[in-house]
Amino acid sequence: MAKPLTRRHALRTGAAAAAASLLVTPVLATPDERAEAIRAFAGGAEIRDGRVKLDLPPLVENGNAAPLGVEVDSPMTDADHVRRIAVFNERNPQPNVVTAAFGPRSGRASLGTRIRLATSQRITAVAEMSDGTYWSASADVIVTLAACVEG
Amino acid sequence: MARALVNVPKRAHRGEVIEVKTLIAHPMETGYRPGPSGRILPRDIISRFTCTYGGEEVFSAELHPAVSANPYLAFTLEARESGPITLTWTGDNGFRQVETALIEVA
Amino acid sequence: MTGCILAFAAVLAVLGPSIAAAAEIAPPDRRSDTIAMSPALRAMQADDAANPGMLSVLDGEALWNTRAGDAARSCADCHGPAATGMRGVAARHPAWNKASGAPMDLTGRIEMCRTENQRAPPLPAESPDLLALSAYVAHQSRGMPISPPDDPGTAAARERGRRLFTARIGQLDLSCAACHDDNWGKRLAGSPIPQGHPVGYPAYRLEWQALGSLQRRLRNCMSGVRAEPYRFDAPELVDLEAYLMGRAAGLAMETPAVRP
Ligand code: HEC
Ligand code: HEC
Repeated sequence: MAKPLTRRHALRTGAAAAAASLLVTPVLATPDERAEAIRAFAGGAEIRDGRVKLDLPPLVENGNAAPLGVEVDSPMTDADHVRRIAVFNERNPQPNVVTAAFGPRSGRASLGTRIRLATSQRITAVAEMSDGTYWSASADVIVTLAACVEG
Repeated sequence: MARALVNVPKRAHRGEVIEVKTLIAHPMETGYRPGPSGRILPRDIISRFTCTYGGEEVFSAELHPAVSANPYLAFTLEARESGPITLTWTGDNGFRQVETALIEVA
Repeated sequence: MTGCILAFAAVLAVLGPSIAAAAEIAPPDRRSDTIAMSPALRAMQADDAANPGMLSVLDGEALWNTRAGDAARSCADCHGPAATGMRGVAARHPAWNKASGAPMDLTGRIEMCRTENQRAPPLPAESPDLLALSAYVAHQSRGMPISPPDDPGTAAARERGRRLFTARIGQLDLSCAACHDDNWGKRLAGSPIPQGHPVGYPAYRLEWQALGSLQRRLRNCMSGVRAEPYRFDAPELVDLEAYLMGRAAGLAMETPAVRP
């Protein structure tokens, strides 16, 4: 079947983009920048370990979309609820991934999304409670490259 | 208009915690990737998502370039009254999309 | 492409000595490669509310019902609801096409309807609309066993495809069979080598951050061994598809699959 010439071109550009997505990486954020972003989120308040469950597979087959879940232990009442959950990474160009706002009408403090991982690294989720305390959890994730992309 | 996929239960009991799942077609171009010409492609992302229910904003999220293409967001709500749940995505280059799901609460 | 070449260099290092004459996978051992994916990716595929390929399926549904071309007919105008009219169709493609005297894959058949029945300009290979229509049509076969037709034309295509599958190609001098028949299940730079069944295409590949066709997937494998990929719709790719569908006969369709 005769096809316009543009298809080859379209694919080549697609290929270039796919290659660039993981291989041509700009300057990556550092663990220090992540720490700074976390401090900014918590306004300098103390951040304690606990109450936050961070669900991230230990090994992801492709860094373009790693499923991530955060669940915070909270009754989610008017008096006692999670206000915000923020997710941070240390090896992408920017330390922030996503910041979500909740309230008593959320029912549960639960967030699911998918994140890009330029390389293997540590991910941290921090929860801000209505009483002004901050809680966090971290997880290490190993990223394997796709075996075969287009050339 | 981008294609969006919104999953909200049609019916729920009052007080039940329901899960909302959303997907929207969007490249989430990071602003760090070179394009075919070798020049960096300008950032083009969805930067904000909100959910209103019962006339109140009940969930929102700020998205950064580290969120994957075709963003997926899942969260929960307490079913309090029947009515529309309105989801709004906004972002670079004037991107704005609104989807509505109706829930019946008994 | 560095990632690819590194990985394939690794395959040579790891599997080099075991690359011998290919033996086909015994029928009871044949299975969808979805099983070898991480629980997280399997969950992403299994939940229609979370599977990003479903965005294209929905696009395809809209296109199915949209009038197009000089004939101003929609797919639905002639075929009715896809749920009935297209059920099982993807599971028996590629199929012999009398009009063109050649085997034709599902995408080619859709293009034919578009150009001849709708009298609309062809959609470019891998364009979002063509992928969406293919995904929507193939989705109607989800859960159905792959059932390749056994007419002589398709059988001949399968045989040509089998020869392509077992021929050494590229600078790495590897056949498809060297990986997918002889070394499936082994790990290659962390990711498992699949059996290589076409059950879920068009599939959403995280590497592509998009839906792509089986032909695109095959071209990726050809680049992987540093062979010049066949152009889209080349008869060789259709022959390979016919062989792969025969090799996967009985396995259930999964479109849209999610792949790393
Ligand atoms: C003017 C009528 C008409 C329109 C419009 C049309 N088709 Fe068809 N299509 C046919 C006919 C006739 C056949 C051949 C049926 C047969 O061989 O039994 C066919 C066959 C097919 C087949 C193969 C079916 C099989 O059982 O093997 C597919 C797939 C298909 N069409 C998809 C589409 C899609 C997708 C569209 C819209 C983009 C479309 N068609 C638009 C008339 C049409
Ligand atoms: C060096 C080993 C190797 C060779 C040679 C190879 N492939 Fe692959 N193939 C792979 C790997 C690894 C994957 C999975 C890649 C991934 O998802 O990251 C794959 C994926 C596939 C898939 C997709 C399976 C699915 O479930 O989505 C098909 C189909 C396939 N290959 C066919 C072929 C064909 C046809 C050839 C010959 C032209 C070939 N391969 C050559 C390693 C190879």
